[in-house]
Amino acid sequence: MRGVMGSKRVLTGTHFMLGNHAVVEGALAAGCNFFAGYPITPANEISEHMARRMPEVGGKFLQGEDELCSIFSVTGAVLAGAKAMTATASAGFNYMLEGIGYAVAAEVPCVIVDVQRCRGENYATQADIMQMRWGASGDHEIIVLAPSSVQELFDYTIKAFNLAEMYRTPVIVMSETTIALMREKLVVPSPEEIEIVNRKKPNVPPEKFIPFKAGPDEIPPLPNFGEGYRILHSLNPHDERGGINWDPDVFESMYERILGKITCHCDDIVQTEDFFLEDAEIVLIVYGSESRPALDAVRYARANGIKAGLLRLITVWPVPEKRILAVAKQASRILAVEMNVGKYTGEIERIAAGLCEVVRVTKNRGLVHTTAELYAAIKGVMS
Amino acid sequence: MLRINPLRRYLREGSVPHSLCPGCGAAQVMNFFLCAADELKLDFDKLVAIGGVGCTARIPVYLNAEALHGIHGRTLPWATGIKLHNPELKVVIFAGDGDAVAIGGNHFIQAARRNLDVTMIVVNNLNFAMTGGQVAPTTLRDLTTTTTPYGNREQPFNLCQLAVSAGATFVSRWSTRKPYQAIKAIKRALQHKGFALVEIVSQCPINFGRRVLGTADPSKNIEWIEERSVTIKEARELSEEEISGRFTLGNFVEKDKPVFEGSSVYNST
Repeated sequence: MRGVMGSKRVLTGTHFMLGNHAVVEGALAAGCNFFAGYPITPANEISEHMARRMPEVGGKFLQGEDELCSIFSVTGAVLAGAKAMTATASAGFNYMLEGIGYAVAAEVPCVIVDVQRCRGENYATQADIMQMRWGASGDHEIIVLAPSSVQELFDYTIKAFNLAEMYRTPVIVMSETTIALMREKLVVPSPEEIEIVNRKKPNVPPEKFIPFKAGPDEIPPLPNFGEGYRILHSLNPHDERGGINWDPDVFESMYERILGKITCHCDDIVQTEDFFLEDAEIVLIVYGSESRPALDAVRYARANGIKAGLLRLITVWPVPEKRILAVAKQASRILAVEMNVGKYTGEIERIAAGLCEVVRVTKNRGLVHTTAELYAAIKGVMS
Repeated sequence: MLRINPLRRYLREGSVPHSLCPGCGAAQVMNFFLCAADELKLDFDKLVAIGGVGCTARIPVYLNAEALHGIHGRTLPWATGIKLHNPELKVVIFAGDGDAVAIGGNHFIQAARRNLDVTMIVVNNLNFAMTGGQVAPTTLRDLTTTTTPYGNREQPFNLCQLAVSAGATFVSRWSTRKPYQAIKAIKRALQHKGFALVEIVSQCPINFGRRVLGTADPSKNIEWIEERSVTIKEARELSEEEISGRFTLGNFVEKDKPVFEGSSVYNST
């Protein structure tokens, strides 16, 4: 599988691959040329594979002294012109929140992979979903993608890079022990078939460039260090020229724009997948690896004459509110399926309030729901 | 006739007047750096100035260069990413003692160990100045700060010794009382290939001087440092007890070693 130096950025072909390795291949296919990580199970195979692969494609690999080094070296490399990524697991993700907050406020496009695990162990969970959304300090929006298979780990890592570059913001790939340590079929397309988005660069010389002034799309262009633009990238409130500025009007408009980049483009960002929704009365809403037993359970229910359907959230943040609302208007019951104590359910309840009943179907014991359990949950709300 | 400091052209438009207190040593150190950069004709288009959080960390905000600012203690991780991706860039870190060896202490020893090719200028004012004069890992023993009202019970770090032990390849310490030596050391650090530390022991009249020394007079604060300063040669004659609480000034290390190019380098031997 490993090629000779310089020839193998995209491993076009069919593979039987580990989920964590598929993340690496997706990143490389997307153009990633800097990776930093700190050892943590179950994300180690990402670092180890990166350590082998990065030199092959002329990129840089760094094993940081901690997660803070990882995330901040990533933001530094990006401002120097790299496409960069880091990977960690739940406990390590805690430390990265400082850097994610910086990346949001300074608008540094980068990708963070969180292979969620249960408190220090490699058991399956989706317990970080709220931490990913709200963990960083200060007002912010964040994009989080939830793959459910090895193929999707590859596909959505590419998508994560593209969204990061498009919106000049950090994007999180919400992985799980389940898929990260699973081997499955992976089809890697040819480079021509892979859509790549690169950050917008200034089209005026430095003396005419206003670094944080954006056009109607709210996304300012980003030059690389060393190109003569001499920009101050501060966490502190900054005006359009990048100067630190504590004027309340400046603060307010800066955050309106940074948050608006995501909220105004929500419809373009969010992605969902429907199964049997046309006439569904009972709808399961799921994300991540829980999609797998959920789809089986819905198919089984259909085979038994039950009008069940599935709404699968590929983008979990920002919330695909319009899709959830449409389901809430149509269905008699929503089953909010999660592998934690029931966190995202709160979002679904908020959107569906007064429209239909939302039933929490949670499992917080380090194991994915079984098809039988979810089918039983469907039957349970019918009686 | 009003004369404008010729070094003013290196400052970012609209960034001055600066926010440092009257008599602050960090402002002097910015001047030292600009003198050194001017003499070397440093290309500011290729200069990345990095500050974390603190008084000294503000310096990059004023320089007309590429700049990073606003996260406490993470200057070296930023620098690591930048230098690995584009080794052509000149990276200079401006850090206070808190930024460098309190919250950023692990990054400091790791970057020195790797011999990351950066210049790190540490303004050591012996306390957390921006936050109101709290004890720092560099505060001398028995001094009373706002968080050691009964006297500091801890031993201070010796930044230069720490850097030398960790593997730094250029290490020098001066004080704001020694501007010419400091400028020369910064020049040599900027020309050095590898991890170069210049520590400058500095007065902080407002939060250290007023609270610890009982005077906000900058010159008295500088004299307090000068009274405690010894040369490397003088230090050799002193016992461990005699040397504690003093600042040894001079160049400690200057040597060539391979610089850091990443943790996994193809075909490396």
